[in-house]
Amino acid sequence: MKKLIIALAASAAVLGGMSGAAQAQEKTKVCFIYVGPKTDGGWTQAHDIGRMALEKALGDKIETAFLENVPEGPDAERAIERMARSNCAMIYTTSFGFMDATMKVAAKFPKVKFEHATGFKASENVATYNARFYEGRYIQGQIAARMSKKGLAGYIASFPIPEVVMGINAFELGAKSVNPDFKIKVVWANTWADPGKEADAAKALVDQGVDILTQHTDTTAPIQVAAERGIMAFGQASDMIAAGPKTQLTAIVDTWGPYYIKRTKAALEGTWKSEQIWDGLKDGILTMAPYTNMPDDVKAMAEETEAKIKSGELHPFTGPINRQDGSEWLKAGEKADDKTLLGMNFYVEGVDDQLPK
Amino acid sequence: MFEAILLTVMTAATPLVIAAMGELVAERSGVLNLGVEGMMIMGAVCAFATAHMTGSPYLGILAGIGGGALFSLLFGFLTLTLVTNQVATGLALTILGLGVSGQLGESFVGLAGTKLQPIVVPVLSDIPFIGRVLFAQDLIFYLSIALIIGVNWFLFRSRTGLKMRAVGDNHGSAHALGINVVRTRYLAVLFGGACAGLAGAQLSLVYTPQWVENMSAGRGWIALALVVFASWRPWRILAGGYLFGAVTIGQLHAQAFGVGIPSQFLSALPYAATIVVLVIISHNRRTTLINTPASLGKPFVPDR
Repeated sequence: MKKLIIALAASAAVLGGMSGAAQAQEKTKVCFIYVGPKTDGGWTQAHDIGRMALEKALGDKIETAFLENVPEGPDAERAIERMARSNCAMIYTTSFGFMDATMKVAAKFPKVKFEHATGFKASENVATYNARFYEGRYIQGQIAARMSKKGLAGYIASFPIPEVVMGINAFELGAKSVNPDFKIKVVWANTWADPGKEADAAKALVDQGVDILTQHTDTTAPIQVAAERGIMAFGQASDMIAAGPKTQLTAIVDTWGPYYIKRTKAALEGTWKSEQIWDGLKDGILTMAPYTNMPDDVKAMAEETEAKIKSGELHPFTGPINRQDGSEWLKAGEKADDKTLLGMNFYVEGVDDQLPK
Repeated sequence: MFEAILLTVMTAATPLVIAAMGELVAERSGVLNLGVEGMMIMGAVCAFATAHMTGSPYLGILAGIGGGALFSLLFGFLTLTLVTNQVATGLALTILGLGVSGQLGESFVGLAGTKLQPIVVPVLSDIPFIGRVLFAQDLIFYLSIALIIGVNWFLFRSRTGLKMRAVGDNHGSAHALGINVVRTRYLAVLFGGACAGLAGAQLSLVYTPQWVENMSAGRGWIALALVVFASWRPWRILAGGYLFGAVTIGQLHAQAFGVGIPSQFLSALPYAATIVVLVIISHNRRTTLINTPASLGKPFVPDR
């Protein structure tokens, strides 16, 4: 018993010393929750590159920590709470599925600033941030319509959440702006990152005759399949050109670094407010990987569309647009408002799939 | 198109069959190793790294087998020498394997892999319809078939196999008969690890020639379920593995084809099918009991 007490006292002293040291440094702790491994070559890696950029820019004032492979669902709440308890002043939760968990933990820790990626719920201390990925997908759709001989693209989707549905719609609208008869086939992999399953989905789509592939899952497996079968594909979240040097047409590249630096700075200076930020191509939060493996005129078209989106001249969701069942959604010239887009739960006309409910 | 689907199914089923064959041998000797997923992912990372550095996928296969076997040795030492709880140790092995492989593989993420090329058997591959499917495959596929034939012969036709089954059924009696229980089990566990490693090598060299953390994505667990599904019979593992593969690939095709069934339901279908077959198999309790190794998961401490 005596030994135990001594041990406890000793460890208490050590712990006390540690927290003393931490106070002496006075570095603000900024934390990140990742849904996948930080080296997934896609979504999570893009966030981790952002984290490293943040550390590089503000390393004298802050330190960062992260938890990777945090499953969406009840476990997420525990992980976020653990972060909040370990003196994180600011927590970025980087996946849609962390939304409710973030809200719950944020209510318990009013002094901690939370930033949730791609969600639509916010509060006093929860801001949301997102990138207008659909802008990039619209460009991809246009390229696909020009490059596909059959007018049929395969779309490997993850989960039926608004973000993904919006991407499918934008791709279809872009393609239809070039070829009104363009069709897409959708396969739901029901995973963010499982290379085997993504490859199987890609093979199934190719076997059913698509000659262009695009994906909303995170690994490079679909591009590898496309390369093997001799068709073209688009990369997702990171530039995936290494997986298919002769296959990738372009990729949507997420560039979170500048955003993380801006917001963390605001938090340090005390000017941080809960906002719902949704930046696009013009803000540099997403960029297009070099347009490769396509003729010059297709490349010129893609660059022109990109410039028009950046200048605000073109909004991909501009009417007339019908819903999948043919009913009218947007009148001619009408633009979709952000709220509808962020909660999108229906397909536009031309998508050859039944949306899982 | 049918041929293409069949090839996809075979690629998906092969790692399941191989890993399940290894686990079947381990369980027949009375050891329940829940660490298949961990050994598989270790095999995947070792195979990818070696193939990438040497440029030879065949060295990669060897490294995968070695990685899985070495990792299973840790399990053997803990459960057989130190007699720890097999279930807990197996679970720990899985978690450890996922972590260690992530660490080992960090510098290999995003690199182009080395794909194992198919070996086309002359003449036989010209047989219409089945020729290209069966005789223009990669080495690991041929190995998976050889494994089933070999394990089936070993378990039911060889003296050593009979001894091993005796160890799995009643380690006390086997010990009394002078069979070295611990050594038999070590060898069975090593074989299981080697198979899981080979299955992992198939993932990172054939299935998707790349390294991604966590890329086994639960296939080790499916392999474990397959062993029960097959009621510890080698040929039934082949049937179960291909059934599972066929339903998995079939649901993706059904989606792409546009049948109006919700995708979540289709995704759950392979697992639902497994449960249904399990219910049917366990309906006859006597045959189940005959096939189940009676000493499965029980610790053995030789009385000296």
